[in-house]
Amino acid sequence: MRTISSEQVRLRMTQLISDCLVAPDAAVTRALERIRTDSASERTAAQLIAENNRIAAEKRRYACQDTGQAVIMVKLGDEAHCAGLFAALDAAVRDAYADARKSVADPLTRINTEDNTPAIIETELVSGDGLEISFLAKGAGSENMSKLYMLTPADGEDGIVRAAVNAVETGGRNACPPLVVGVGIGGVTETACALSKRALLRPLGASNPREDAAKLEKTLLEKINALGIGVSALGGALTALAVNIELAPTHIGMLPVAVNLSCHSLRHATAVF
Amino acid sequence: MDIQSLRILNLPADRAELKTLKQGEFVRLCGTVYTARDQAHKRIAAAIAAGERLPFDLNDAAIYYCGPTPAVNGQIIGSCGPTTSGRMDAYAPLLTEHGVSVTIGKGVRSPEVTAAIKKYGAAYLIAIGGAAALYQACVTACELVAFPDLGCEAVYRLTVKDFPAVVGIA
Repeated sequence: MRTISSEQVRLRMTQLISDCLVAPDAAVTRALERIRTDSASERTAAQLIAENNRIAAEKRRYACQDTGQAVIMVKLGDEAHCAGLFAALDAAVRDAYADARKSVADPLTRINTEDNTPAIIETELVSGDGLEISFLAKGAGSENMSKLYMLTPADGEDGIVRAAVNAVETGGRNACPPLVVGVGIGGVTETACALSKRALLRPLGASNPREDAAKLEKTLLEKINALGIGVSALGGALTALAVNIELAPTHIGMLPVAVNLSCHSLRHATAVF
Repeated sequence: MDIQSLRILNLPADRAELKTLKQGEFVRLCGTVYTARDQAHKRIAAAIAAGERLPFDLNDAAIYYCGPTPAVNGQIIGSCGPTTSGRMDAYAPLLTEHGVSVTIGKGVRSPEVTAAIKKYGAAYLIAIGGAAALYQACVTACELVAFPDLGCEAVYRLTVKDFPAVVGIA
């Protein structure tokens, strides 16, 4: 059994979250700077967002005022032990969000918790003695546009394509495009939802290691960009930067497909302990 | 992008000028806007229904759907980009009827909001979502107006200069 210090986790995650909240993944800014489009409005919007992201990084100001709800995804080895891990993660969120927006409220009274806790902590138990912790700042604009489709095996790949394209067509304009589209396929309802969110952690431009899934990602990216929603939904070429698929085996009678959108303010990072 | 080359729209807006706006046109906003989002709208709508005093004069007002990050280290305001306008669609026709002439946010509006905007000669302007650090630099003054208990959802009166936006509905 390996012992990991929760104090070490708290300190490192506080720094990681603080840095993450300020500026989105630099690969997004590079993609916006390289945009190829016939639309003058789309080019202007892309330039404004790239400029915004440069200001955020240089002056350490929040690129987006919606610093999100803190989503933390933990992969904990069954031969690792970290006493006080949950409290350490909440403490890291509380400290890292000290200057950020307090965006968490009771669902019925809408009274704000004032410190952005509790964090959404999702834990996956894996083999080994490792601990991997990922952070994703999830804003309401994109999270509100998430969808779950309970398809049947007969729907197949065509059904998956229709579902993912439908999610972007109906919700993409409100989700601050260009988007990263996370698609979770398989498992039961919550498996598909969790996978669709985990898909947003992937480095921009990387494909699913499975050839058939990677091919489906490419097909989906083409079809989604053919929707013509464009940067800031002003009409244009760049609706999505990437489509990331994650898979899990499912029931012989099921085909759950969850679609989780990330705005262009892609704030994600992973630490390995 | 040369923001100085864009047409200026002074706020509060002249309704005759709003009629000349073209959908898809980039403009730069100069003047006064009030921030309000979900909970502030709920309270303003309740105040209208109860005939109570409103937190600010809605007549010809511009509302910016925005909940900024806290101002730190002597900043005028924190990061302050637009939030999704669609969540305010339930209240927007009522506020438009009561005098609001301009709303600023991101994303699509309902047919009911579009109809109210057309009926009262108002306008919906789209700010660039996720450009909150850029918009922070456009705010030259910020004053708390109402609902301090709502934190980032409180109503603030902002003075903005050269604030880029796109005409969504006019």
